[in-house]
Amino acid sequence: MTAVIPSVRPAAPSSPDSSSTVDPAHHASALPVSFRALRRTFGTGNAAHTVLRDIDFDVRRGEVLAILGPSGCGKSTLLRAAAGLDAPSAGSVDIDGTPVQGIDSRCAFAFQEPRLLPWHTLQANVAIGLPKGTSAKQGKSKVGRLLELVGLDKFAKHRPREVSGGMAQRASLARALARNPGVLLLDEPFGALDALTRIKMQDLLLDVHAAEPTTVLLVTHDVDEALQLADRIIVLGKETGKEHDGATIVRTVDVPGDRPRNRGSVELARMRSSLLASLGVDGH
Amino acid sequence: MTHIGNPGATGNSVIATSKEGLEATGVTITTAGAAQPGPAGPSQDRSPANGWSPAGVLDHGWARLFLGLLIPAALIAAWQWSTSVGLFSVVQLPPPAMVFEAAADLIQRGELATHVAISTQRVLIGFAGGAALGLAFGALVGLSRWADVLLAPMIGALRAVPSLAWVPLLILWMKIGEDSKVTLILIGAFFPVFTTVSLALRHVDRNLVEAGRAFGLKGLKLLTTVQLPAVVPSVFSGLRLALAQAWLFLVAAELIASSMGLGFLLTDSQNNGRTDRLLLAIVLLAVIGKITDALLGVAEKWAVKRWA
Repeated sequence: MTAVIPSVRPAAPSSPDSSSTVDPAHHASALPVSFRALRRTFGTGNAAHTVLRDIDFDVRRGEVLAILGPSGCGKSTLLRAAAGLDAPSAGSVDIDGTPVQGIDSRCAFAFQEPRLLPWHTLQANVAIGLPKGTSAKQGKSKVGRLLELVGLDKFAKHRPREVSGGMAQRASLARALARNPGVLLLDEPFGALDALTRIKMQDLLLDVHAAEPTTVLLVTHDVDEALQLADRIIVLGKETGKEHDGATIVRTVDVPGDRPRNRGSVELARMRSSLLASLGVDGH
Repeated sequence: MTHIGNPGATGNSVIATSKEGLEATGVTITTAGAAQPGPAGPSQDRSPANGWSPAGVLDHGWARLFLGLLIPAALIAAWQWSTSVGLFSVVQLPPPAMVFEAAADLIQRGELATHVAISTQRVLIGFAGGAALGLAFGALVGLSRWADVLLAPMIGALRAVPSLAWVPLLILWMKIGEDSKVTLILIGAFFPVFTTVSLALRHVDRNLVEAGRAFGLKGLKLLTTVQLPAVVPSVFSGLRLALAQAWLFLVAAELIASSMGLGFLLTDSQNNGRTDRLLLAIVLLAVIGKITDALLGVAEKWAVKRWA
């Protein structure tokens, strides 16, 4: 994990000119997200078990926020609450000022696994993400453009099982983007990929974020990934003395520097040690 | 996985034996690719094993059809033999020729076509109705916990009613006509589809369903986009069971009250001591049942390939 990997990413699509390929009429605007006194308890009575508590946080419009935390601390639960896939026991999630109630069409979700429909082509799978009321023609061109963006235009007609895991995950990302999301929710989307593919996918995400403005909430357990991608990082965990309660935000970190960041920079290395310490790991 | 008749280790051993056999008779064998890598190059090396082994024959539809007819042909031969040496009296078991004559006779009178047509029609209508209802109720009970709690016990109890128990009631309600027969067949076709679909829908990959929901799919759209395609193999095994059940219920319906159809041919022949026609009806039920099942099998193969 300590290997120094120089950033080799070509700077192409992140330049402002390249956004001219994006149809301006379909530009989603990035939306702010607010967690208000959010609490999530599973079970009732004696079996009740609080996973998250007192989450109060504002995610800025267009920002990339990484959510770090040890496994089982409720990172995914927080993300699912924002998507409306799960309802908080108390408190609320507001997107652009209005609370999330049920599946929210302003959000798009990319899961840890690609979760593509195996009987559809990649093209058809990406099309599932299109918002309701998209005309066939608009949809087709949008899907084509997104497949190109994630480098899958040559595999449009392939079935998910005919492509690699990394490619399937890219298709899953394209499906999420097809929704024109104001908020893009990523639940450890690169966790199951090999190290090299993961780095490529992270770079791709930055390109995508530059091409399609959206607020990104990224759940990850990979500190390096968080440092590489995020504007800010929140760390979820249990406060000392309150181990029996659920996890809450124990730390918020602003990550300095423009992206792409040098993966070997000294400053990031220091932050990594400190973040690892917050997660209960010796910072070496 | 999909290659059922895959020429694997057994295929090679078959080659070896047949080679020995041929060599014993003095035939020289030159296995095309292995001995001389021809102009087509190394890709040909494996082709003889895949394309031309005796076990590879099993991959060809027509060859399989021919091989499948071997046992029935042997049975007919045994039948012929047993009748010609006089093991059975003509009333007990008439020779195959007599059954063919009976068929020819009925065809000439135009009766056979009527029997076959009306029976097939009843089965197809009843099967279609039962399958559609089975699919609808199966989807409802499989997806909605409310429907499961409310409907499943009632449907389970109805399923426990033996098919023949419905006959008097159906005749009372619908008179002796097409309606009562088709309804009985519909009842028969309903349950296998209902059971397989409702059970299979409960085990659809939750992750896929959640992904569908996350992208705004719900209700009927979620069912047709994610859940139903995911259970296509189960739907077809239910349909095939239902089709077999439909033929079963057809005979039940026709045995009791009818003036046409293969079931009627059975009772009528029994009453008139026409064992030849009786056997003819049985053979026809076997053949038509197998043909309809094979057609459904072709549709299944296509659908599973499309949605798996």
